[in-house]
Amino acid sequence: MTSLFLRDLKLAMRAGGGALIGVLFFMTVVAVVPFAVGPDLNLLSRIGPAILWIGALLASLLGLDRLFQAEREDGSLDLMLMQETPLVLTVLMKCLAHWTATGLPLVIAAPLLGLFMNMNEVAIGATMLTLLAGTPAITLIGAAGAAVAVTLPRGGLLVSILVLPLTIPVLIFGVSAAYAAVEDPAPFLPPFLILIAITLFFAVIGPLSAALALRAASD
Amino acid sequence: MPISLVVEGLSAKRGEDLIFKDISFILAAGDALVVTGANGSGKSTLLRVLAGLLAAESGSMRMEGMSADIGHPRELCHYLGHRNAMKRELTVEENLSFWKSFMGDSPGGAGIGIEDAAEALGLGGISHLPFGYLSAGQQRRMAMAKLLVAYRPVWLLDEPTAALDASADRLFATLVTRHLGAGGIVVAATHQPLGVEAGELRMTGFAGVAGELV
Repeated sequence: MTSLFLRDLKLAMRAGGGALIGVLFFMTVVAVVPFAVGPDLNLLSRIGPAILWIGALLASLLGLDRLFQAEREDGSLDLMLMQETPLVLTVLMKCLAHWTATGLPLVIAAPLLGLFMNMNEVAIGATMLTLLAGTPAITLIGAAGAAVAVTLPRGGLLVSILVLPLTIPVLIFGVSAAYAAVEDPAPFLPPFLILIAITLFFAVIGPLSAALALRAASD
Repeated sequence: MPISLVVEGLSAKRGEDLIFKDISFILAAGDALVVTGANGSGKSTLLRVLAGLLAAESGSMRMEGMSADIGHPRELCHYLGHRNAMKRELTVEENLSFWKSFMGDSPGGAGIGIEDAAEALGLGGISHLPFGYLSAGQQRRMAMAKLLVAYRPVWLLDEPTAALDASADRLFATLVTRHLGAGGIVVAATHQPLGVEAGELRMTGFAGVAGELV
């Protein structure tokens, strides 16, 4: 299983793997916001966590459709479907590798982009923490979408449309936890714990439904 | 205990049409079966059904004589399809070592080392190259090396020797013979002779025409 994780990481890092495309997109989205909103520093710091979360959400949707499609195109998926290893575990491991290659860089890039948005250190820390807890859920939900669209040659946009509604709770609780850390009356812990619960929930549901979809899609 | 592959009354559909029906055979350890027939007669479909990648419309397949408990017969099979299941971006060695550790060995045998497998296919010394740098024939041979690095008693081969030159053909025939000699089972769909003693299953094609075992 670790061999699958390492292989997927290597593939993401090699030429054409596209691990850094997500971060670049994330930076582009967040960097243009101050130009559009104008130099109102208070406003920027107020909308900062939300903008960071929207950017991270869109960036993690990017490249999700290739999760299984690349495996299917070269025939590797056939062999994965045949193994003794439960397909659910294979999918979970692929999700972990995908998140490490595309989600984790977003979390690491978040503090820098927080500076662009004039966020203070507490807000930056809280946003990083919520991104760390929440972005795995997006990948896990996305795995199910990617599995459904695996046979479609241009499934990219379809995957995003399928996945986006399901990621709304992640966005809501992620942003509200990040705000709760800076704004006094609201407690940080309840929305943050719900965010973690969502991630754990989709860690079970996502791979399970993706495995079912992959079995059904075999042709 | 020698194993055997038992297939009973297998039929499969593509869309609404039956591609084949009532295919039954028993292959004991050391047996090979060559599936022949025109393009579109259902050779690949049969192999994919045997590999558990397509649901059979009716009928069943099972492995007999396995000492250990297995979930599904497909777990004891190697499937070499039209596509090589190797990543162009990774080196040959990375590809093969991934499949070796990911697939593991079926009970009753052990895979050989990666460099040994490359040697056996006549391509020793180039396993440090990215898979994408190799020629089509070399890629095919390296895909065959997968059969050797992880042990599976049953090999399902879909036109294994397309894109291979004559010497590689003979090399592959030796590998198949050695596998059969070690008590393996081979089912191959092919247009060219495989170069080994084998039963022949001639697929006659569309719409409810049964294949006949010659």
